[in-house]
Amino acid sequence: MTIQFELNGQLVSADTMPGTTLLEYLRSEELYSVKHGCDHGECGACAVLINSKAVNACLILMHTIEGKKIETLESLSNHEHLHPIQETFLRAGAVQCGFCTPGMLLSVEALDREEGEITEESVKDALNGNLCRCTGYVKPVDAALKVLQKNKDEEVQS
Amino acid sequence: MKVIGKDIQRVDGHSLVRGKPVFTDDMRLKDVLHVKIMHSPVAHAQILNIDISRAEILDGVVAIFTHKDFKPHYYTTAGQGYPEPSPRDMLILDSTVRYVGDRVAFVAAETLEIAERALELIKVEYKELPCIFDAEKAMTAGFALHPSEGTIGIHDVSRNIAAHLDAELGDVDAALKTSAHVFEGIYSTPFVQMAHIEPHISLTWLDNNNRLVIRTSTQVPHHVRRIVAEVLDIPIARIRVIKPRIGGAFGGKQEILNEEVVSAITLKTGRPARIEYTREEELNAARVRHPELVTFRLGFNEKQLLTAIDMNILENCGAYGPHALTVMSVTSLKALSMYKAPNVRVNGDGVYTNLPIAGAYRGYGAPQACFPLESIMDEAAEKLGVDPIDLRLKNVFQVEDDVPIAKILGEGREGFPMVLYSTEIKTCLDEGRQLSNWDTLRSKHQTGRFRRGIGVAAAVQGSGIPGIDMGAAFIKMNEDASFNLQIGATDLGTGSDTALAQIAAEALNVSVDKIIVYSSDTDITPFDKGAYASSTTYISGTAVKKAAEQCKAMILEQGKKLLQVEEAEIINTDVIASDGQSISYADICMKTFYTDEQMQIMGTGSHVSFDSPPPLNATFAEVEVDTLTGIVRVIKVVSVTDAGQIINPKMAEGQVEGAIPQSLGMALTEFMPFDDQGRMLNLDFNSYHIYTAGDMPKLVVRFVESNEPTGPYGAKAVAEIPINAPAPAITNAVYNAVGVRVRHLPIQPEQVLKELDIE
Ligand code: FES
Ligand code: FES
Repeated sequence: MTIQFELNGQLVSADTMPGTTLLEYLRSEELYSVKHGCDHGECGACAVLINSKAVNACLILMHTIEGKKIETLESLSNHEHLHPIQETFLRAGAVQCGFCTPGMLLSVEALDREEGEITEESVKDALNGNLCRCTGYVKPVDAALKVLQKNKDEEVQS
Repeated sequence: MKVIGKDIQRVDGHSLVRGKPVFTDDMRLKDVLHVKIMHSPVAHAQILNIDISRAEILDGVVAIFTHKDFKPHYYTTAGQGYPEPSPRDMLILDSTVRYVGDRVAFVAAETLEIAERALELIKVEYKELPCIFDAEKAMTAGFALHPSEGTIGIHDVSRNIAAHLDAELGDVDAALKTSAHVFEGIYSTPFVQMAHIEPHISLTWLDNNNRLVIRTSTQVPHHVRRIVAEVLDIPIARIRVIKPRIGGAFGGKQEILNEEVVSAITLKTGRPARIEYTREEELNAARVRHPELVTFRLGFNEKQLLTAIDMNILENCGAYGPHALTVMSVTSLKALSMYKAPNVRVNGDGVYTNLPIAGAYRGYGAPQACFPLESIMDEAAEKLGVDPIDLRLKNVFQVEDDVPIAKILGEGREGFPMVLYSTEIKTCLDEGRQLSNWDTLRSKHQTGRFRRGIGVAAAVQGSGIPGIDMGAAFIKMNEDASFNLQIGATDLGTGSDTALAQIAAEALNVSVDKIIVYSSDTDITPFDKGAYASSTTYISGTAVKKAAEQCKAMILEQGKKLLQVEEAEIINTDVIASDGQSISYADICMKTFYTDEQMQIMGTGSHVSFDSPPPLNATFAEVEVDTLTGIVRVIKVVSVTDAGQIINPKMAEGQVEGAIPQSLGMALTEFMPFDDQGRMLNLDFNSYHIYTAGDMPKLVVRFVESNEPTGPYGAKAVAEIPINAPAPAITNAVYNAVGVRVRHLPIQPEQVLKELDIE
């Protein structure tokens, strides 16, 4: 089965077997930021953006992404610069083992792309599907609040 | 100090926020075989027959191993000092299975799907045997779970006692008889999961020299090398273990979990092999915390000072005994090194049951000590009519106190005398009292449906295992005055690579970006016991400091030779002679590489400590109990810690912030129910609920100023201490809110409701 979609800004077509998940496909493409934590949509380590929404790739079958826009953490920054969300997480000490980090960063990015007010509640909601056993979520939530509120303020000003 | 005590960014941070391929599984091996383990569906049985004929002929199956393929060799999966204090009671594959999840066979195939299919085709005939699911019945069951000849170090085979300890100082019976007050209580802590988000994963291959490379998610690379060599009977020299970045471990990876399995496949087939546990296997067939049932009797005199502590431990080891003795000895040592009592006694048995295997989990026996001890202290305070903080303040160990029981309770051998050179527990309690608003909240009388309460608990841990844990470091200098730091120490996400780089940088007068860290590769880095027992900062950190100091001494020597002077000193990164001449670090190294006094400037250091200075903590929890449902909600946790000099405040805070929800989980949301056949019922993260962002209460985390003279730059350990006290602080707060005393974790709303006695 051949399907076409956009992956990190490139149009790609993939030959996949029925039943292949997006997680399996992305890791086989060496997009290793997409992590495997549970396979059942419970941990958020495999989160990617599909049409700008954070989704657990382990639950997504390849045939359902035809024509969609997929982004993984690899596309968030370039060789030289970190994305502000990455930079803020790093500075805030919001990364410990880093295994949940790609998923968390993409959940935060998805929230940033949404309309609406940024509050501690909305950030916690956005991160609620990303299990982290290291940080207690304190620094990730603080970092996300800080960077997103800054982004919204800048949007308002511009 | 220039670098110590500063919020230096993690040295591995950039790669982690970019999602770079730095974890074990982030690489592709050509022709890799996928390995799956067949787990027992029954809790206790003899394997009468295994028929692999149908699986073997399945297209794509490359190798199948059953117990018939191995000569019996008993070992322990515990990654700890050698000879291990844990009983050697396990075979790589056995003809008896002892819990639902035990290994029956393993298969290597061209794809994961084929390996899974092959498992379905293996037919096993079991003869079911009687089971023990209740630790209290293990000793009198009348049959043994480990009757085989050949096991080593099981304390009492016929009574299913994996490990036993007892010790007494003074005369506890006599003291209790004459004490003004005696309090007694029975408490228990349950099975809980480490629940690191990265599962256990190991890759193996043969390198160009036919050596076995094991790339694995482990806390103990050197123990992996030793144990795999032993179990598969190959020389240590033929094995290289590499630990890349690790996605959390918390003790769960202080275990040789599957490394010997994939290694056996690679050695047999010559092909790379990969094994990754599914989440279900993680929850069922990895390791969990030892449940403990603890009975305390405390005696007090009229001045509310402890006269005696009598402690009895029943530890549930599950089917095998990794860490059986040592977890229990930590329970007893931590319980008996918090409060001073002239007479103390402990008696403990770790018993086998047909349940999942318990192992090492952050705190390692100390949470099992802290919950009962801090509960009974709370009960005692109430009955004695004193404030619980004051009762603790009166009885805690203080600076220069000797903790005599430490000499008896070693890690499976005799221990070492323990004297406290630093303890700020009083400051922790006092600061926490302020920060938590204790005095106001404590005295509020509660009415209505939602009732609030506040509770306190204190805790103690260690810093490494005295006289046993050794860590080592190499440092070599480069011509731009940067340094390669090579350490056996194992960063599991804790940030130890960064903390150790800070220690090296401080000793060498350079900034952290001049330190290039490479850790945990048995071919390249020196020995280190691994990351456990809160030892990395304290033990490995001192090794790094010694190596850096040696390297610095060599820089000075070379500088003097190059300047042709007798006297000089190092200021910043220059060697300055008394006559004013100077030469920079970089010039010294450049010259010694290429032109004058040629040599490699380097240093080595090894460290073992006979002290294990205790970090201390006071935790305050504010809760709200819904008197209609019995549901307990945690509103705020204040955690104040004495961990000596903090190397990196942000990272240290992160350790505390991460430990608290693990303890809240044990108190409130995480538990492992089994059916009457010993099958665990909640095998996914939906039903085994660990704390999420939305569940988190407000956390207030502080460190008090403290300086430990035996630690590197005054540091003690920080990773484990904060996990101990939250659970009892919560149950004490529940009592304060509604008068219900929870003595058995987790807190169950039905139980709270049943005992609620309100109008
Ligand atoms: S791996 Fe997809 S949610 Fe856990
Ligand atoms: S940082 Fe380790 S799981 Fe989140």
